[in-house]
Amino acid sequence: MLLIDCPWCGPRDDSEFQYGGEAHKRRPPAPDQVSDAVWADYLFHNQNPKGLYLERWRHSAGCRRWFNIARDTVSHAVLEVYPADALPSNAAARAVYEQNWRRENEAAANAAAVAETTEIGA
Amino acid sequence: MSHQPYRLASGGHIDRDHEIEFTFNGRLYRGHPGDTLASALLANGVHFVGRGFKYHRPRGIFAAGAEEPNALIQLGHGPRTEPNLRATQVALYDGLTATSQNVWPSLRFDLASVNQWVSRFLPAGFYYKTFMWPASQWMRYEHVIRKAAGLGKAPTDRDPDRYEKMHDHVDVLIVGGGPAGLAAALAAAATGARVMVTEAKAGFGGHICFDGAQQIDGQPAAEWVTAAVAKLQAMPEVTVLPRTTVTGYYDHNYITALERVTDHLGNTPTHLVRQRFWKIRAKQVVLATGAIERPLVFADNDRPGIMLASAVREYVNSYGVLPGRETVIFTNNDDAYRTALALDDAHARITAIVDLRAEADAVAGDLVAAARDRGIKTYFNHAIIAVSGHRRVTGCSIMELAEDGTTVTGPVTSLVADCIAMSGGWSPSVHLFSQSRGTLSWDDEQACFIPDVAHEATVSVGASAGDFSLAGALKNGLKGGMEAARASGAKGRQPAAPKVDPVTEMPLRAIWQVPTNAGKGKQFVDFQNDVTAADIRLAAQEGYLSVEHTKRYTTTGMGTDQGRTSNVNALAILANARDAHIPDVGTTTFRPPLEPVAIGAFAGRAVGGQFEPVRSTPMDPWHHANGATFEHVGQWMRAWYYPRGSETMREAVDRECVAARTGVGILDASTLGKIDVKGPDAAEFLNRIYTNGWLKLAVGRARYGLMLGEDGMVKDDGVTVRLAEDHFHMTTTTGGTAAVLDWLEEWSQTEWPDLQVYFTSVTEQWAVASICGPKARDLLAELSDDIDLSDAALPFMGVSTGTVAGLPARVFRISFTGELSFEINVPSRHGLALWTALMAAGEKYDITPYGTESMHVLRAEKGFIIVGQETDGSVTPGDLGMDWIVASKKADFVGKRSLARTDSLRADRKQLVGLLSTDPEVVLPEGAQVVADLKPAPPMTMLGHVTSSYYSANCGRSIAMALIAGGRARLGETVHLPLSDGNLTAVVTEPQFFDPKGERLNG
Ligand SMILES: [Zn+2]
Repeated sequence: MLLIDCPWCGPRDDSEFQYGGEAHKRRPPAPDQVSDAVWADYLFHNQNPKGLYLERWRHSAGCRRWFNIARDTVSHAVLEVYPADALPSNAAARAVYEQNWRRENEAAANAAAVAETTEIGA
Repeated sequence: MSHQPYRLASGGHIDRDHEIEFTFNGRLYRGHPGDTLASALLANGVHFVGRGFKYHRPRGIFAAGAEEPNALIQLGHGPRTEPNLRATQVALYDGLTATSQNVWPSLRFDLASVNQWVSRFLPAGFYYKTFMWPASQWMRYEHVIRKAAGLGKAPTDRDPDRYEKMHDHVDVLIVGGGPAGLAAALAAAATGARVMVTEAKAGFGGHICFDGAQQIDGQPAAEWVTAAVAKLQAMPEVTVLPRTTVTGYYDHNYITALERVTDHLGNTPTHLVRQRFWKIRAKQVVLATGAIERPLVFADNDRPGIMLASAVREYVNSYGVLPGRETVIFTNNDDAYRTALALDDAHARITAIVDLRAEADAVAGDLVAAARDRGIKTYFNHAIIAVSGHRRVTGCSIMELAEDGTTVTGPVTSLVADCIAMSGGWSPSVHLFSQSRGTLSWDDEQACFIPDVAHEATVSVGASAGDFSLAGALKNGLKGGMEAARASGAKGRQPAAPKVDPVTEMPLRAIWQVPTNAGKGKQFVDFQNDVTAADIRLAAQEGYLSVEHTKRYTTTGMGTDQGRTSNVNALAILANARDAHIPDVGTTTFRPPLEPVAIGAFAGRAVGGQFEPVRSTPMDPWHHANGATFEHVGQWMRAWYYPRGSETMREAVDRECVAARTGVGILDASTLGKIDVKGPDAAEFLNRIYTNGWLKLAVGRARYGLMLGEDGMVKDDGVTVRLAEDHFHMTTTTGGTAAVLDWLEEWSQTEWPDLQVYFTSVTEQWAVASICGPKARDLLAELSDDIDLSDAALPFMGVSTGTVAGLPARVFRISFTGELSFEINVPSRHGLALWTALMAAGEKYDITPYGTESMHVLRAEKGFIIVGQETDGSVTPGDLGMDWIVASKKADFVGKRSLARTDSLRADRKQLVGLLSTDPEVVLPEGAQVVADLKPAPPMTMLGHVTSSYYSANCGRSIAMALIAGGRARLGETVHLPLSDGNLTAVVTEPQFFDPKGERLNG
């Protein structure tokens, strides 16, 4: 059982928490403007890396707050616990975010999707 | 009743002043407090205690601890009976009763033992090869296998014992109370760290308790142990737990342990729990779990009387029991000589020691020399090639080993023996280390796996680290305990290691499968699952290269003993068959629990009424007093219907439903989920969460809302009231409240943190009585003089605040029945008073309480959905015909984009329709599948299923709703419902059955 250091309550057993999947996954700001494919990507697709993962957790049996964790999915080591609206400061976690996180280019993806939709419409 | 013929005159840690009686397989025996069931049976000369799993050959007591594979017994009877216990771990108490497991009909006459005569038909993979086809026979196979397999019987009655869960946090957890564990505990405790030390057995000290005369710091080892335990127990930060088995080692040093509190007592004191299940979070863990002796794999090595050499020694020295009067010792190492010396000390006859090693390789060892000095006959470079005796070993034949150790040569010598003490070397108990994801490495010299790289904050010491000497265990125990304490943040100096005389031991000779020229005998590797060396070789020959596959195919190591005594032998034989190096074959993974654990221990106090909370409304006493029946709705117990006299459920529900539409009905709606939504952005938030518009809802007005998941599927529904500009009272489905609150919190915290809005669960703060029917207004008017109930002042979907029956109330004019209806909300403490007042005032209107069943019927008559009944997470508002509530002009709301996905727009989606059974008296079964083309037998193309179905007294016939593919295009069509007891037909209709225009809302 993981030991999770809630930013508000301190270290607690993971049975007090609820898992929330991939972190930093931003909802397309204008859903009407994106293609089915882009929307489906947001809706259904999650990264599932073997290794460091940035993920959301909620202290459901405690303070009910959402926050993020940088966790290694192989070793289960928790590298960092950080606020929901922040980026990781741990170097390895930051590197994962910068290099691999597909949401990084989400604006470009949305723009491309709009173009695609327009083309289909035309 | 015999007295104990194999009990020695002295020795052992038993209470010789008291004799206690016990029954095994119906026979009465005597033993002493301090005995295990196994030691007491041996004291009575009983070796033959069970039969093999597959061949049903006679089996005897094999070991003295948790590794026992043979002596599996069923303890006790009635609700306290427990299967799969190892007789070697069952503490003897007065009046104990036990029976052999895996025998049918009896131990001595076992029908299934014919299996041993047809064993050539039971090779490796027997189950896979035999019980394969036809698959339709599997149910029968399982019955046969279970009967033959003898897995014990679970009790059928409720467990009468109490169990407790314990939670603790420690700096250093030490698993194992042998010399290494005690040394680690002394070192860690001396720093002031919070220390816990667990020992699976009743007594501490491990092997030094029965290894014979050894001195630690100039005192007998046993006295050093007693002093160490006393010292630890006296320290306030130290918890000492005997009879406690660590069962699981999980992530982040989370450890579970089972403490057997009263299992060793015959008459359990009622104030004590039977077992405690500990959940421990440790900063550091020291594993001092010892080692397990391996058997030698020789022909017919499973005959009763053939035991592990260390077990023989333990029975002699710890229990004062002689397992045999004439013992042959068969070994590949020095340690078994300790058993020879122990037997000699007890004046027992040793026929001979048979040592697989050449004399030159063994003679320099201190123990070998001691045996020689005592004149014990030793055959070096010899092997047992055959064993005589069936239900008890009577002797063995030995031959000299040829030079390379793979064949035997020369003349046969016969030895008399009623006990063979065998030793194939030692395997460190790495199970917990392996559970914690530590990796193992192969120690070629000691021929065993030892801990390599730890994954958790853990260190292994003593025999469990492959350090089998007492001096090494003490020294490295102290070091490990000290390092663990320091790593946990404590400070201190490591105590000096106690002085121990060194013992010189020579290396073992690994001969994994003892050669024989006798041919016939089975060479058992896994005694619990009856796997032989030949089975493993057959698996290799059939192409099972991976050890994990071989394990499953042969079932070696898959018994409840998790292969404690068999794994290394099996791996080595597999490696040999594949001509591979042992570590290259790999190891299998050990999984928790380490030993079988009673389900009751996992449950703890969470049984019966404590299993899950029962929620009841403030009006609950009235429902009970007035004959209501109840049903579970989530954790709630809700009034289901109120039968009068001898009414059936159908009669009661019919009466209640008619009354609600002709007079006045009253429903306890307190269980409805209620969430107080407050903040300057509350309206904006609701506008994004619900499918319809909320910005323009006037204060004092209510609106029905539908909530979708981001996938566009209906998630919840309910009426929400605007109490003030920045204040809403949301209601949710009874079962969905917690999930809805989570949902709101998630969007608020993670997606729209800029919106100022706050959520509070107020479900339990408000009691709700819902009155409906043409007389509802007249009734309410009698109890309220400060609320204007006129259509103008309180229209449909209007809200007023005032008093009802003198109680502060919020009155919502909303309706889930289609009738004129008022939901009266009062603070919970007034709920029962409100209800009582309404019932009293309603008497002249013949007010009729109705329960959840009538509520369901009444809403179904109107075609109102219930989320979770008409929906299942795959249903959109469009599927329900509820497009009217989707504000497609709103820029966005949760789930909106998904409604435009191509899949959401398919014409053949399942849509909500009504179904009218051809026979109006027949109520279609809920869940029944609907087909268009009836065929004599499946498969048929299924269109959907019935979601709700009732008899409606108001309609004078049965009604139903269903989700049917392309349903709205099928209005008027006849569909079929194929059922196992006959087919039904129905006509597809609109899903409204009563007052479709909604004219009755105004009374
Ligand atoms: Zn918290």
